[in-house]
Amino acid sequence: MNKKFVLGIYDDEDVLLHAIENIRATGTKIYDVFSPYPVHGIDDVLGIKRSRLPIVAFFCGITGTSFALWMQIWMLGFDWPMIIGGKPHIALPAFIPVTFELTVLFAAFGMVITFFIVSRLKPSLRVNVFDKRSTDDKFVMAIEVKDGVTDLSALNKLLRTNGAVEVNEKEVVK
Amino acid sequence: MQHVSPIREPLVTGGKTYHDITEDVCRQVEAGPNPRWAAGLAVALVGLAIFIYSVYRTLWFGIGEWGLNRTVGWAWDITNFVWWVGIGHAGTLISAILLLFRQKWRTSINRAAEAMTIFAVICAAMFPVLHMGRPWLAYWVLPLPNTFGSLWVNFNSPLLWDVFAISTYFSVSLVFWYIGLIPDFATIRDRATGPIARRAYAVLSMGWTGSAKAWSRYETVSLILAGLATPLVLSVHTIVSMDFATSVIPGWHTTIFPPYFVAGAIFSGFAMVLTLMIITRKLFHLEDYITLEHVESMNKVIILTGSIVGVAYTTEFFIAWYSGVEYEQYAFINRATGPYWWAYWSMMTCNVITPQLFWFRRIRRSLVLTFIISIFVNIGMWFERFVIIVTSLHRDYLPSSWAMFSPTIIDVGIYVGTIGLFFTLFLLFCKFFPVVNMAEVKAILKSSSEVTHTPANTMHGTDKGLNTTNPEHRDE
Repeated sequence: MNKKFVLGIYDDEDVLLHAIENIRATGTKIYDVFSPYPVHGIDDVLGIKRSRLPIVAFFCGITGTSFALWMQIWMLGFDWPMIIGGKPHIALPAFIPVTFELTVLFAAFGMVITFFIVSRLKPSLRVNVFDKRSTDDKFVMAIEVKDGVTDLSALNKLLRTNGAVEVNEKEVVK
Repeated sequence: MQHVSPIREPLVTGGKTYHDITEDVCRQVEAGPNPRWAAGLAVALVGLAIFIYSVYRTLWFGIGEWGLNRTVGWAWDITNFVWWVGIGHAGTLISAILLLFRQKWRTSINRAAEAMTIFAVICAAMFPVLHMGRPWLAYWVLPLPNTFGSLWVNFNSPLLWDVFAISTYFSVSLVFWYIGLIPDFATIRDRATGPIARRAYAVLSMGWTGSAKAWSRYETVSLILAGLATPLVLSVHTIVSMDFATSVIPGWHTTIFPPYFVAGAIFSGFAMVLTLMIITRKLFHLEDYITLEHVESMNKVIILTGSIVGVAYTTEFFIAWYSGVEYEQYAFINRATGPYWWAYWSMMTCNVITPQLFWFRRIRRSLVLTFIISIFVNIGMWFERFVIIVTSLHRDYLPSSWAMFSPTIIDVGIYVGTIGLFFTLFLLFCKFFPVVNMAEVKAILKSSSEVTHTPANTMHGTDKGLNTTNPEHRDE
């Protein structure tokens, strides 16, 4: 099914932030906002919740710590114990560097892989960008049009009075 | 909105708009090869050829091609390894530690500095792998079941810690760098005209659209990666220093090594960043993004870390005397006055004296002098590792086995060759990847560019100052 969108194009981050607030206040639902860089404060006005990725990183890190300790203790302490430099088989202080490194490795990779999955980032030739200028110098606000429900001219006026420099329509083929 | 003091110097000069940033950075990716770039690549490829030949000799005839002997069993290989790893550390410092400290000047140099980290670690990794003599068995350093050889790997050994530290450091730095590149690849993709470029950058950008939610997650991921990379970078050089510090060789067995190595690493890394940035800004006309303010900030880091290194050298000498251990005392007297005195005093001159010139503001802001001093620091830090490694080994406990080390042409070839490898990778990066982080520079543009400091534009709010000021400023 095809979806229709109205795109409000902005060229300043402060104008955009005010516009988002005003437009949401009228009860209009904003589908998404695309910007060339992370606009600070946009999360609050759009009502985006804080990402839970740090929690993922924490648990992946804990997994790394446990795995590294288990691996070293099992290999040198139980599977094939050897006396090295007169130290005990399980010489915990000497196991700390590898444990630390694997904690960081697991935390970083676990979080980044989760980031790619939840943000649906994958190598692909097909890219759905509403307006190509949104990766250059424009901020694009997309509002979904529901046939028979959305009043296009009112929406156009709402976007324009809130500082949009351009208002376009775009149909996305699913 | 952050408050930026009006007396702070702008980080982006020339009244740039968002679109100007895109144009200035994408130009070298989209345009044909710049002749100066091509000339640089030709020189780098000669270096790479020297590297390949020297590696071929090393692998075909063995480690006997190097100048090592029974007394000096570690020399240029480990010197170069530590030198390259140290250089890499500045990239992580700029991208991670300065991110945590909210230093905005990092944004225009972090991309190239992180690339430097990755390429420097690749160069560093060549040395231990080649010193194995049989690099095709390099996977034996991994904890694999003992059907591959004997027993498990020794987790008590700092050399094994190094394997984990360097490989974690390399892969986490690579991921951090790539995450930052994704939005910029999307910018290039959306401008690309040729079918190959469009497809290649589409794949590299992983379908990035720049939606608000994705940016929110991107910022969280960058922050957490910075938080992970900061202790990681400190751990890496700490572990590298433990390769020496956990042994019982006089001159190596000292507890000062971890902090001293980390400071030295950042010191040498910033020198290399300056060397590269002064060339890059000239080559690709990035003077408005990598300004004198950036050079000055980096020079301040050089004074600080150079002074820490100077204090460490003095402390080491004092503690050698104060310990009352005659072997330790001899190792240090031998460093300064023995047959390798010239290496010790080159190190002292380049690392302790030259960076002190940066106390003068005129020198800190002079590109020519900064470039020359950065080369001095690079040389000095190479000598530091050479002094620590070779002079501590060459006169050991038994005078009958005292020896000198002299490098062979193959030693020199591998070292010069890795410089060729490094510049080949760096120049290819400059041509095909956006050399400045466009998204992050755009994010600081409103608060830190030259335009916002003119009285007419200091008002925040609904003025469209940024894109309407200086409309005539679109000079190429």
